[in-house]
Amino acid sequence: MEFKYDVEGGNFAKAGHAASAVKKVLKQLNVNPKVIKRVVVALYEGEVNVVAHAFKGRIIADIDPSRIYIKIEDQGPGIPDIDLAMQVGYSTASSKVREMGFGAGMGLPNMKKNADKLQISSNVGKGTVVELTTYFNS
Amino acid sequence: MEIKKIAEILDARIVCGEDLIDKEIHCGFASDLMSDVLTLDSEGLVLVTGLANLQTIRTAEMADITCVVFVRDKTVTPEMRKIAGENNMVLLECRYSMFRTIGKLYEAGLAPVY
Ligand SMILES: Nc1ncnc2c1ncn2[C@@H]1O[C@H](COP(=O)(O)OP(=O)(O)OP(=O)(O)O)[C@@H](O)[C@H]1O
Ligand SMILES: [Mg+2]
Repeated sequence: MEFKYDVEGGNFAKAGHAASAVKKVLKQLNVNPKVIKRVVVALYEGEVNVVAHAFKGRIIADIDPSRIYIKIEDQGPGIPDIDLAMQVGYSTASSKVREMGFGAGMGLPNMKKNADKLQISSNVGKGTVVELTTYFNS
Repeated sequence: MEIKKIAEILDARIVCGEDLIDKEIHCGFASDLMSDVLTLDSEGLVLVTGLANLQTIRTAEMADITCVVFVRDKTVTPEMRKIAGENNMVLLECRYSMFRTIGKLYEAGLAPVY
């Protein structure tokens, strides 16, 4: 099963709609609630990153009986130094983003903690691709 | 501690989820930083916050948090209430400061996360 969601940069009112929809699907599939939480927390962080840091993005969630694969692709400034961005506390978030309760530099490390596999590639000036895989029996 | 006890201790208004106030809460966490809340693994958590926006509710939804207390008279918007309702959350509005709210819950024996 494949699901697609669009994400609008800067639109905090809509941030979380993809994660919310994926949560409903995984619940219907009777996936272990602990695993659901790991998946949707990581997805939500990724979705908020597109809203907070990029112009627009697209999320693809591919679900099969053993795992969920999520690809978050955006058009935006990209990440010049991914190792640096992965460090807890590193953030370039604007004051607007901070006012929304984000921008502590905790999202990417938390995605790493919650996903079985996390892969990030980025093209500065073009955009970022974040891929997450989580197995249901993990 | 049951949610209704929390509401009683804080003299809080139950904004939504009235039918769920018998649910048991095991620990409390206070923060306005949603990225920090999203790192928690605890179950049966009450979130105490001064940040009243849609992302507070989305964060609670993703983190399976069933009860959120908004301090200092922060008001819940209809949109927040709608999403909270769809996700079986109890939202409480309380006029106390963050400091007093947390102090009262701690004094009543609610455990911290860390
Ligand atoms: N999709 C993206 N496009 C461009 N830059 C990004 C993207 N995702 C992350 N970054 C960069 O990496 C930094 C760290 O990201 P991370 O998610 O860890 O923290 P944050 O988003 O700043 O704050 P938090 O996630 O705690 O709310 C960001 O501040 C930003 O500079
Ligand atoms: Mg982030």
